[in-house]
Amino acid sequence: MPSTDVAASESTNRKRHESIDTVAIRFCGDSGDGMQLAGTQFTNVSAAFGNDVSTLPDFPAEIRAPAGSLSGVSGFQLSFSSRDIYTPGDRVDTLVAMNPAALRTNLPDLKRGGTLIVNDDAFNKSDLAKAGYDANPLDDAESLAAYDLHRVPMTRLTRDSVDGLGLSQREADRCKNFFALGLVYWLYDRDSKPTEDWVASKFSKNPSIAEANIRALKGGSNYGFSTEAFAVHYRVAPAKLPPGQYRKITGNEAIALGLVTAAKLAGQRLFYAGYPITPASDVLHELARLKHFGVRTFQAEDEIAAMSAAVGAAFAGELAVTASSGPGICLKGEAMGLGVITELPMIIVDVQRGGPSTGLPTKTEQSDLLLAMFGRNGESPVPIVAAATPADCFNMSQEALRIAVEFMTPVIFLSDGYVANGAEPWRIPDLDDLKPIKVKHPTDCDGDSDFLPYERNERLVRPWAVIGTPGMEHRIGGLEKADVTGHVDYSPANHQHMTDTRAAKVAGVADFIPEQDVEGPESGGLLVLSWGGTFGAVRTAVLSAIADGHTVAHAHLRYLNPFPRNLGDMLTRYEQVLIPELNNGQLRLLVRSQYLCDCVGLNKVQGKPFLVSEIADKINELLED
Amino acid sequence: MSVELPVLTAKDFASDQELRWCPRCGDYSILAQMKKVLPTLGIPREKFVFVSGIGCSSRFPYYMNTYGFHGIHGRAPAIASGVKISRPDLQVWVITGDGDSLSIGGNHLMHAIRRNIDLKIVLFNNQIYGLTKGQYSPTSPLGTRTKSTPFGSIDNPLFPLCVAIGSEASFAARAVDVDIKHLTMVLERAAHHSGTAFVEVYQDCNVFNSGAFSYASKKDHKDDNLIYLEHGKPLVFGKNRDKGIRVNEMSRPEIVELGSGISEDDLLFHDERAAEPSLAFLLARMRYPEFPEPVGVFRDVERPVYDQALNAQIEDSIEKNGEGDLETLFHSGETWTVE
Repeated sequence: MPSTDVAASESTNRKRHESIDTVAIRFCGDSGDGMQLAGTQFTNVSAAFGNDVSTLPDFPAEIRAPAGSLSGVSGFQLSFSSRDIYTPGDRVDTLVAMNPAALRTNLPDLKRGGTLIVNDDAFNKSDLAKAGYDANPLDDAESLAAYDLHRVPMTRLTRDSVDGLGLSQREADRCKNFFALGLVYWLYDRDSKPTEDWVASKFSKNPSIAEANIRALKGGSNYGFSTEAFAVHYRVAPAKLPPGQYRKITGNEAIALGLVTAAKLAGQRLFYAGYPITPASDVLHELARLKHFGVRTFQAEDEIAAMSAAVGAAFAGELAVTASSGPGICLKGEAMGLGVITELPMIIVDVQRGGPSTGLPTKTEQSDLLLAMFGRNGESPVPIVAAATPADCFNMSQEALRIAVEFMTPVIFLSDGYVANGAEPWRIPDLDDLKPIKVKHPTDCDGDSDFLPYERNERLVRPWAVIGTPGMEHRIGGLEKADVTGHVDYSPANHQHMTDTRAAKVAGVADFIPEQDVEGPESGGLLVLSWGGTFGAVRTAVLSAIADGHTVAHAHLRYLNPFPRNLGDMLTRYEQVLIPELNNGQLRLLVRSQYLCDCVGLNKVQGKPFLVSEIADKINELLED
Repeated sequence: MSVELPVLTAKDFASDQELRWCPRCGDYSILAQMKKVLPTLGIPREKFVFVSGIGCSSRFPYYMNTYGFHGIHGRAPAIASGVKISRPDLQVWVITGDGDSLSIGGNHLMHAIRRNIDLKIVLFNNQIYGLTKGQYSPTSPLGTRTKSTPFGSIDNPLFPLCVAIGSEASFAARAVDVDIKHLTMVLERAAHHSGTAFVEVYQDCNVFNSGAFSYASKKDHKDDNLIYLEHGKPLVFGKNRDKGIRVNEMSRPEIVELGSGISEDDLLFHDERAAEPSLAFLLARMRYPEFPEPVGVFRDVERPVYDQALNAQIEDSIEKNGEGDLETLFHSGETWTVE
């Protein structure tokens, strides 16, 4: 392939530009093919260009599943748009498949008439067999007739592009994700410069690899430009987002930023204890870099130790946080209860994934809501909040900390694999606009009387006296305590009183949090009630139903315990309530039991987020009844 | 500038809580010696924190008028790690038992010691579960008959000091609850050590495992059954100080009678600061009745201390990058402007 002088050929090449508003593409290949990297680069470039973006990385739990196997396929889907978007798209407009296994597992998600770009060189006998194909599907004109198929000999073209750099064949072949990326950049008229800069800096110690990747990128772009096969390329104009400075952010990054911000706002230090677990580890990675913010990160020996250390740090007066996923949250349960009975502030982040047990480590699910509510022994209530989108993790992690310190209680923050790994543009906030967080450590003690660790204020909150403070020496722990004095007390009336008090304190959070808002009509036929990472799909489906003239509203819960104080009333104002969840009906169980409101569920546990169409179909079905 | 520290006494460390251990429990003595040691350290009372797990020993913090945290079963070293990392300026003691720290909490003990986090861990070893009324523990000798092992226990015990030394302990010691002066000395040494100080105390549970350590506590036996370790001194023991420990050609310890051609120079000399832990390990494995059991400081070496290193990284990072600034953090990486 001639990857020659672009300027010279430009004059002779008359390719059509078409403008479109929203595009979804997916890169898929072997888990070693660099698809996550290609997707991330495309996202960065599109976000920086000013599109709204939404991403869905989808990768196997195995770091390197057998090459070419169906189980080893790794994908990265993203949507970019000239308007506001809430999801990475149901089906994709363009699918890049680097091998037969990727084609087989991903083709069902390509729109009819969509662009299908395959690495023709990978469709050899052995890889076809590994994907379970008896014959090469690319040769079967009929089966792929619905798509705009482009067979690109990517391996060979990539090798040609990097020829002369002295790379081994293996090294040369590792550049083919950049070739694919370059081709898609051309197809969607993206500027490849930011990616070239990124490559140059990433491989600054290995200039020949840097050069090879850049050449592959350009080779792909030139291929699109020069071949007859691609007659059109597309333009997606920048989105009209609210003015401001933006950056791209993933959910886990946003949690880390939110926590550091909250600590600064509170004028306190952040302590973070964690144990590596997918998909929560990135929170630890992000925070471990921020030592100059005074963040103390502690990679504990296990989940129990991480939770226990957080309890210890809270006793020491730190803003204590731990994060994990379902299996780790199970292990933390006992120490979380210790946080409840000692009434110390801390945050437990649960980045949910498919369960039970090890389940689907890299896939999303919302099935830990009841675990968060009830997963401790005894009457052990804790406030629960959940983020709606990746950027919302920034807000909700601050909210979680604010509730924790205002009410002296552990708070559970629910995220999920989709929110954690997904990315979207984040409008960088003005520091002055952030709500302050108030922390008070008593230091003045009347020398004659002992400090009373369980003396409560009007909101039933006890004081947070910090160890090391003279005159406030006190002992707390896991045994039931007498109110006010904090002495060990097993008496029947005291346990009743303390149990009721802890419950009343947490219930009182409802007066502290905002009322539930609703998108759409304030009463009428159907309310769709959702929580967590399903926000985007539900919002998109409801807005389109409203646009079609239906009386449908959407309420998205960010506060799950206690519920917003107006929720009960809101539920009575609609004829039907639909609760879509990536579980078997956990929010529905809570809403039914608390409000005696008979809700309809839409439930899915397939390790994947909802498609907008799945929600839309259910809305239509309910409206037709 | 000199700050006058108030002179504290053992009384200042007594809380107003009624002691609820069984009469003649070994814990009383350990508590009494602790209250004696703390005032000698020149540290204000509010700078002490006692953290415990679950078990009889773990009630300890309630009886000290310091900051105290009664944790959950086995997790005291992890809770205390959170405390110490956050507040390296405080002296943090962990009070635990054989079930608490070697069974349910074995992992936390091992890792606290490995990190050499500056905790003073006192393990009350009574070879039994007392609070749950008498099941065998991970330190009960093979064949121990209890409610849960009516035909005798069939699993081998752990030796706490072997676990500590195997976990790279920088300080490991043993004392006996009723040997008051010696226990005080060991606790003092632990208090002054920088890094994890691990102390095993033989503690008599006179209700469920009475006399388990009588060989080491009874006046007329103990000189024959214990060896008091002293740094740089030969291992001599016996009422008449006429016996010693020698290492034979197989690198194993053996008991020898002094005199008749064997002098103290032929004996094993204690070196608590040895570079390798093999001597400490050999001593920790000496068991009664085959051998006299060593007490005192087995090992006391310097190693980097986790909480100090972590806080030093923070200071370095602030020095290098300046104190963290949110504005800069928010705008790091690629940003773009929407008009």
